Amino acid sequence: MVNFLQHTFNGLVGGAFLALLALGLAVIFGMLRVVNFAHGAIYMLGAFGAYVLLTEAGLSFWWALIVLPLALALFGMALERLLVARLARLDPLYNFLLTFGLTLILQDAVKSRYGVQSSPYDAPAILSGTLDLGAFDFPAYRVFVLVIAIAVCVGVWWLLSRTRVGMVVRAATERPELSTALGIDVGRWVTPVFGFGIGLAGLAGVLAAPIRAVNPLMGADLIIVVFAVVVIGGLGSIFGSVAAGFAIGLVQAWVQALGEDWALLSQVLVFLVMAGVLLWRPAGLFGREEAPA
Amino acid sequence: MLRVDELSAWYGEAQVLRGVSLEIAAGEVVTLCGRNGAGKTTLLRCVMGLHQGQRGAVELDGRSLAGQPAHRRARAGLGWVPDDRGCYATLTVAETLSLPPVVGPSPWSLEQVYEAFPHLHARRSAPSTTLSGGEQQMLALARVLRMGARLLLCDEPTEGLSPLLVAQVGDILRQAKQHGVAVLLVEQNLHFATTVADRHHLLAEGRVVESLANSEVAAREKDLLAYLGI
Repeated sequence: MVNFLQHTFNGLVGGAFLALLALGLAVIFGMLRVVNFAHGAIYMLGAFGAYVLLTEAGLSFWWALIVLPLALALFGMALERLLVARLARLDPLYNFLLTFGLTLILQDAVKSRYGVQSSPYDAPAILSGTLDLGAFDFPAYRVFVLVIAIAVCVGVWWLLSRTRVGMVVRAATERPELSTALGIDVGRWVTPVFGFGIGLAGLAGVLAAPIRAVNPLMGADLIIVVFAVVVIGGLGSIFGSVAAGFAIGLVQAWVQALGEDWALLSQVLVFLVMAGVLLWRPAGLFGREEAPA
Repeated sequence: MLRVDELSAWYGEAQVLRGVSLEIAAGEVVTLCGRNGAGKTTLLRCVMGLHQGQRGAVELDGRSLAGQPAHRRARAGLGWVPDDRGCYATLTVAETLSLPPVVGPSPWSLEQVYEAFPHLHARRSAPSTTLSGGEQQMLALARVLRMGARLLLCDEPTEGLSPLLVAQVGDILRQAKQHGVAVLLVEQNLHFATTVADRHHLLAEGRVVESLANSEVAAREKDLLAYLGI
């Protein structure tokens, strides 16, 4: 039982990263209809940025946690203005290619400077111990990650469902043309929403630095799984992507717990789930069929 | 209030409007009648600024709307009532009502809207796409009244509604008219059109082929119905 709880906890922590990344992808896709392939590279930049800030500027994890998501969000906004917006009127494939190319550039730039080996990054001292929460000792840093991820997801849900800004973004996302005819300047929201999604990926990256191997390819390995998570949750569905993120994290951890023999299954599991979900509900668990244009 | 001058529009190579001119004064209701494909909806979309590929002038209060994006035109006082009723699956009825900014001098308050449309009040927390067709139509009209729009662009607001609801749409439009709101109304239901409109333009193949005062329509109703193919 204690074992099961432990795996469940680890699954939730793994799911927290998937949820944060999937949330950013879903927000961006919903507003711009852009599949941001560079999301994994941004995650990697968040983690690597934390490492670089510490080793080259002596800035602690806490600084990284504040500075990097903001800096990457600004980078995302510039990227949207300078490149993504130019391709917005063309086939969505062009922006997919753009962000794919950007991924390769970012990865190789980091690779050429720091090599491919993983860089060590320690959790801040105050979070390095364990928390005794009754059943077993939880690593404090992982509890911290889980709390932050849940707080961010709840915060985004609140922002989208309970505020005027969220209402406008929902309307602009669901029916852009109708919304402009009702006096909403849809274009005004595109750049901040893109930056916000990128910032979330950066945040996930900083949070990952102390517990994941920090190397140039860390995002490339993860992003494919995150795409599958977004598809399972339903393209563009905010709630779906978060729920699917945590669910996949849990299921992966449980299958891993079955032992070595199941390691392979735990890796392909997410894709099996995706195939199954798509057969059953082609728009994903919480997705809606696209309205005819 | 609105002046459309020599407006032409294209979908790719195909020309759907050929030099349409018309004017609407404040408090006036003007219909566009015509068969499917005559260009009625395209004309509304051009006025709203939703159609790429148009030539000619559209002026509101003497000021050209050329190059203005749709959201600016809405803020200048245009109220959009689309043929699909413009509901959102991700917005509740109350949110759908309060989504557009208030743009005119005499907007309806939310209380007024709910008093006039008790059904909307009862369903205010439901996603707006879950309303019945009639309720969705009332929502689309209530929304532009709450904006305080000065010129309503209504695309077949009575389509598919029961006679009772058609009468209610008529009441709303006449009430708006009394407050000086102008209406450009696309309508296939000629009988309904004569109960609300001052003037009618008959559109065919992208041209205004005939313009009639309301009094002339009754005398020629048979004729016109045959022409519309109804």
